[in-house]
Amino acid sequence: MTTPGTGSGAGAGTGIGDGTGTVTRAEVCVVACAEAWRGDGEVLAATAGTVPMLGARLARLTFSPRLLLTDGEAMLLSTPEDPASAEGWLPYRKHLSVAARGKRHMMMGASQLDRYGNQNISCIGDWARPVRQLLGARGAPSNTVNHPVSYWVPRHSPRVFVPRVDMVSGVGHDRAAEAGGAAARFHGLRRVVTDLAVLDFATPDHRMRLASVHPGVTVAQVREQTGFELVVPDQVPVTREPTPEELRLLRGVLDRQGTRDREVRG
Amino acid sequence: MTDLDKRLSLAEFAARIESGMTVGIGGWGARRKPMALVRALLRTDVTDLTVVSCGGPDVGLLAAAGRIRKLVAPFVTLDSVPLEPHFRAAREAGALQFEEWDESMFLWGLTAAAHRLPFMPVRGGLGSDIPRRNPRLRTVTSPYEDGEELLAAPALTLDVALVHMNRADVRGNGQSLGPDPYFDDLFTEAAERAYLSCEQVVERFTGPPQSLLVQRQNVTGVLHTPRGAHFTSCAPDYARDEAFQRAYVRAAGEPDAWREFEARFLTGDEAAYQRAVEAHCAREGAAR
Repeated sequence: MTTPGTGSGAGAGTGIGDGTGTVTRAEVCVVACAEAWRGDGEVLAATAGTVPMLGARLARLTFSPRLLLTDGEAMLLSTPEDPASAEGWLPYRKHLSVAARGKRHMMMGASQLDRYGNQNISCIGDWARPVRQLLGARGAPSNTVNHPVSYWVPRHSPRVFVPRVDMVSGVGHDRAAEAGGAAARFHGLRRVVTDLAVLDFATPDHRMRLASVHPGVTVAQVREQTGFELVVPDQVPVTREPTPEELRLLRGVLDRQGTRDREVRG
Repeated sequence: MTDLDKRLSLAEFAARIESGMTVGIGGWGARRKPMALVRALLRTDVTDLTVVSCGGPDVGLLAAAGRIRKLVAPFVTLDSVPLEPHFRAAREAGALQFEEWDESMFLWGLTAAAHRLPFMPVRGGLGSDIPRRNPRLRTVTSPYEDGEELLAAPALTLDVALVHMNRADVRGNGQSLGPDPYFDDLFTEAAERAYLSCEQVVERFTGPPQSLLVQRQNVTGVLHTPRGAHFTSCAPDYARDEAFQRAYVRAAGEPDAWREFEARFLTGDEAAYQRAVEAHCAREGAAR
């Protein structure tokens, strides 16, 4: 990360990399997601969504070469440069074993997220008779108490960042601490990447903190789009832009079709 | 050999399912669902079912027809379409009881049933709202030095399991040729009786030994149902029929359109369904 006023500056796409033009918000988001897996070693980088998937693949091709990746179905990719090359087999049942063993860092989605990182993908409104039924808890309860988890929110808004989630599918810091023991033993939330910012929980009581704003985004914008009070440090860094090599890999190898720009506007 | 021939017709199968039963359905989301068996159930008046499923359109169709009293599931999805429209409508109307499980709880609940154990200890679910929404869930304390208090995933014991395989023999051995067996073998092991539908009935199996997933001692009946997983995927025999799934979702969003969908696809037998799908695809193809 760079501090404001240095680096390439807020919002000013510089046409670095392969020379095809401005760095898009989606590309900044891919790199911010990739950063979640920095230093993770030989663990499975599991994802939900296009941008986190590209982030995991980018991390694997650059600064986290030991990561394991899936093809989105039941195979482990030998290299993200060749999605048809498998190095292993990971059907759902084995996926759940990897999760329970803790050798996994997943970036999940969230329909709601609160200040302690409690996540809801189950339903909106009263659980007994929801206003809007969503997916169901899926593996979020077990993921969050078994291994590191991060979140990806493609549209940062007060509808997602709420004071209180309607159903705790993924366990946040306060609920893990309250349950204690077996629930807290392997619990660990890392970061939340959105289309506006990167957030983390690096505060004494693990409340959500603004870690960086993406180039062109102001702190006020992030506050306005968050339905609870964020911890905001005096100096908020700007999320780093992709390096030329990262742009080359992203544009020329991992996502030639530009699917990333369909998930993030701007 | 003849005494081991477990083949039966869809009508014979459906006649063996009774209202009030607990029915486990294999596959995952909109992948390798025993849809021909589900459609056969829709042609009976069986109702009041407890359905146990990693849910997809199996849950959707049964919910739309009002056959589900209680659903035990970690999710219901169509994969390429994240939210299942009928499940959503049923939940929002309060039309079914929902026991929401975590995926790993679900795996170990089936495993407990398959092993004839009352429960299996799991970490997943602790700290979340899953136990708070489900008063029957209990914790268990490890008797060893660690003393950890874990969630006791209760055995998901089934009256009946329904699964769809790529290949089967008449004795009830089933072969899964796709990349993921899901929990299908566990479903058959957790059930009193299991019905296995398949794309092809074979005399001899070919392919890797690991693909022989379902064993005949766990299978009551075999049904030959080509394209029986439609419109879900049945890799490598066929992919999900995305166009048809979109048509299903569109119809589900509007009562009149749904009645028309039912009239067109779900009033006849399985052969009529497959013919109607073919006609639909030909028409859509011509329109494009």
